[in-house]
Amino acid sequence: MDWSQILNQSASSIISTTTIAYALAAVGLGVHFGQAGLLNMGVAGFMAVGAYGYAISILSFGFPWWLAALTALFASVVFALILGIPTLRLRGDYLAIVTIAAAEVLRLLLLTVAFDDVTGSADGLFGFSGSFQDSNPFPDGEYGFGPWQFNETTLWPVVVGVFLLALSVLLVWALMRSPWGRVLRGIREDEDAVRALGKNVFAYKMQALVLGGVIIAAGGIVYTLGSNASPGVYVTSLTFFVYTIVLLGGAATIFGPVLGSVLFWVLQYFLSNLMPALVDAGVLPFMTANQAGMVRFILVGVGLMLLVVFMPQGIMGNKKEMTFVK
Amino acid sequence: MSSDAAVPRAKSTGLHQGEAAPGCAKVDPILVADGVRRTFGGMTAVDVEHVEIPRGAITALIGPNGAGKTTFFNLLTGFDTPDAGTWSFEGRSLAGVPAYKVARMGLVRTFQLTKALGLLTVLENMKLGATGQRGERFFPSLLPSIWRGQDDSIEERAHELLARFKLDTKAADYAASLSGGQRKLLEMARALMSEPKLVMLDEPMAGVNPALTQSLLDHILGLKDQGMTVLFVEHDMHMVRHIADWVVVMAEGKIVAEGDPSSVMADPAVIDAYLGAHQDVDLGVVTGRVAGTSPQQADAVRDQIEAEALEELEQEENR
Repeated sequence: MDWSQILNQSASSIISTTTIAYALAAVGLGVHFGQAGLLNMGVAGFMAVGAYGYAISILSFGFPWWLAALTALFASVVFALILGIPTLRLRGDYLAIVTIAAAEVLRLLLLTVAFDDVTGSADGLFGFSGSFQDSNPFPDGEYGFGPWQFNETTLWPVVVGVFLLALSVLLVWALMRSPWGRVLRGIREDEDAVRALGKNVFAYKMQALVLGGVIIAAGGIVYTLGSNASPGVYVTSLTFFVYTIVLLGGAATIFGPVLGSVLFWVLQYFLSNLMPALVDAGVLPFMTANQAGMVRFILVGVGLMLLVVFMPQGIMGNKKEMTFVK
Repeated sequence: MSSDAAVPRAKSTGLHQGEAAPGCAKVDPILVADGVRRTFGGMTAVDVEHVEIPRGAITALIGPNGAGKTTFFNLLTGFDTPDAGTWSFEGRSLAGVPAYKVARMGLVRTFQLTKALGLLTVLENMKLGATGQRGERFFPSLLPSIWRGQDDSIEERAHELLARFKLDTKAADYAASLSGGQRKLLEMARALMSEPKLVMLDEPMAGVNPALTQSLLDHILGLKDQGMTVLFVEHDMHMVRHIADWVVVMAEGKIVAEGDPSSVMADPAVIDAYLGAHQDVDLGVVTGRVAGTSPQQADAVRDQIEAEALEELEQEENR
C-alpha cells in the first residue's frame, strides 16, 4: 500500500473546486436550515440552477463568464421565489416536499432530449470555459506546494471559488450578528411568537430562502467553472451530502459548513483511495476494488445517521444547545 | 397572600354606559368587536354580537373550557380570520390586517402555551420584542453603524425590564433553560418591549408556581399603572376578582355576561353555569388550611358541598 500517495490525495482535496463548491452549498443550506429553520431538500436543484444557468448563458447567449455567473445567480433568485411564494406561508414540512420535487423536476427537464440543443440532455454541457480561462490573470506555470499543486488553468477556478466562499461567509456572518439574524433565529424557534411581536415572518423567510439559494447556486457555478455541467451530478444524493456536511460542521454556525465540507471531502478521498488499496493488499478478500470504492457512500449514510443521533449540533456547534432540544 | 390582599388597589370604575349587560357600551372603548363569528366545520366556536373593551382598565375574559376565548383572541389579533364581522382597535378596522401589523399597531398578545424562543438567550428574546428596528431590514443590517446605537438603547431598555421582572440574572442564558413560570414572565416582558397600548394575555397564570403568582399579578397591575390596557383570559377566579376591573363571560362562543367582578361573580347564572356552585368559597376554607376559619365552619361547608353533589347524582339517576 502506498500510504504517501493516499495521504497526499486526501490532503490535496482540502483545496479543490469540489470542496469549495460543496462548502458554498453548505453555507447556503446553513442559512436555510441552520438559521431560518427552512427544510430545503432541493439543494441539488439550486446548484443545478447555478451550474446550468452559467453554462447555458455562455453557450446559448454568448455571455462573458462573469455576466453568465450573474445571470445564474439571478435565475436562482427566481427559483427561490417560485418555491417560496406558495410554500412559505404553510408549515415547514411543505417546503421540504416542494423543494425535493422541484429539484427532481428540474433534473428531469435537464435530462430530457426535448431541450437537447440547450441543455445537452444526458451528455450535459461542456466546452464553455473559454471565456473564463481567457480572463485568467495567472501566467502559465506551476503553482503551490506539498500536496497542493496547480497549474494556471486549475488555479484560477480555485481562486475565484475561495473568493466567493470568503465573500459568502463574510456576508452570512455580518447578517447573522445583526438584528436581522436575530429575527431569523427567532423564526426558527417559533414563528408565531415572532409574528406576535410585529415581524413580517413571510418576508424574512423569503429573504433567507433567496439568500441561501443564491449562495448554493454560487456553489453550482464554482463546480462548473472550469469543467462541465452534467445532469448526473445534481441528484438527490447530492442534497444529502450537503446535509451531511452542514450537520458535521454545525448547522447553526457560520464557519461550520466550510469545515464540514473540508472534512467530508478529505474523508471521501481518503476512503476512496484506502479501500481499493486494502483490497489490493488482500485485507478485504470478500469484495472487489470497485465495490470497495463504493463503500464510502454507505459510510456517508451511516455517518449522517450517527451525526444526527449523537452530535446534532455539529463540530462547531454549541453543545449547550443540545441540552434543550426536545 | 392574604396579607397582600389586605391592601387592594383601587379598581377602575365608571367604565360602562347604561346597564352592565352583554355588549354594553363603554365610555372609552379601545377595542370593539361586532358580529364576529368563526365556525370550524359545523361547530360555531365564536359568535360575538357586540363587545367593547374599556381603555386603561384590566378586563378579564372568563368562561368554561371550549367557550371560544382563545379563538376570540386569535381572531382579534389576526392569527385567525373570522367568517363574518368587523372589529376595530382604536377606531381602525382590523379586518384583513395580518397579525404582524396588528402587533405593530400596539396590540400585542401572549400565548396560552408559552412561546419562549428556546435557543435564543433571554436578552435576545427581549430585544426581538422592540419594534421599528433599523437593523432588522436586510441591507441596513449589513452596516452596524446604522443600527448599533439603536440596538444599544434597546438593550438598555431590555435590561431594565428584565430587572423589573427579576430575570436580569438570566439574561445570558438560553430561554429554554427557564422554568415554566419564568417563561411566562419573559413572554410578558418581551411583549412590553414593543411598548403596546393593549396587552392581551392568554392564561398568564396557567402552570405558574404559586410563589410567582403574586409577582405576576403585580406586574399585570403595573401595566395598568403605566397606562396600558390589559385583556386577559383566566380560569383562576381569585385572580380575576383580585385584579380585574371588568369581567366579560363567554360561553359556547357567545358573550353571556358582563360587569364588574363582584357583580358578575354574584350573578347566580354565571356562578352555577360557568364557575361551579361554590366558586365563592375559598378552597383553603374547604380544606381548613386558611387561618381564621374554624374546623367546624370548614366541616359545615364540606358537608354542604357533599350533600349537594349527592343530590345532583340522585337527580340524574332518577332521570
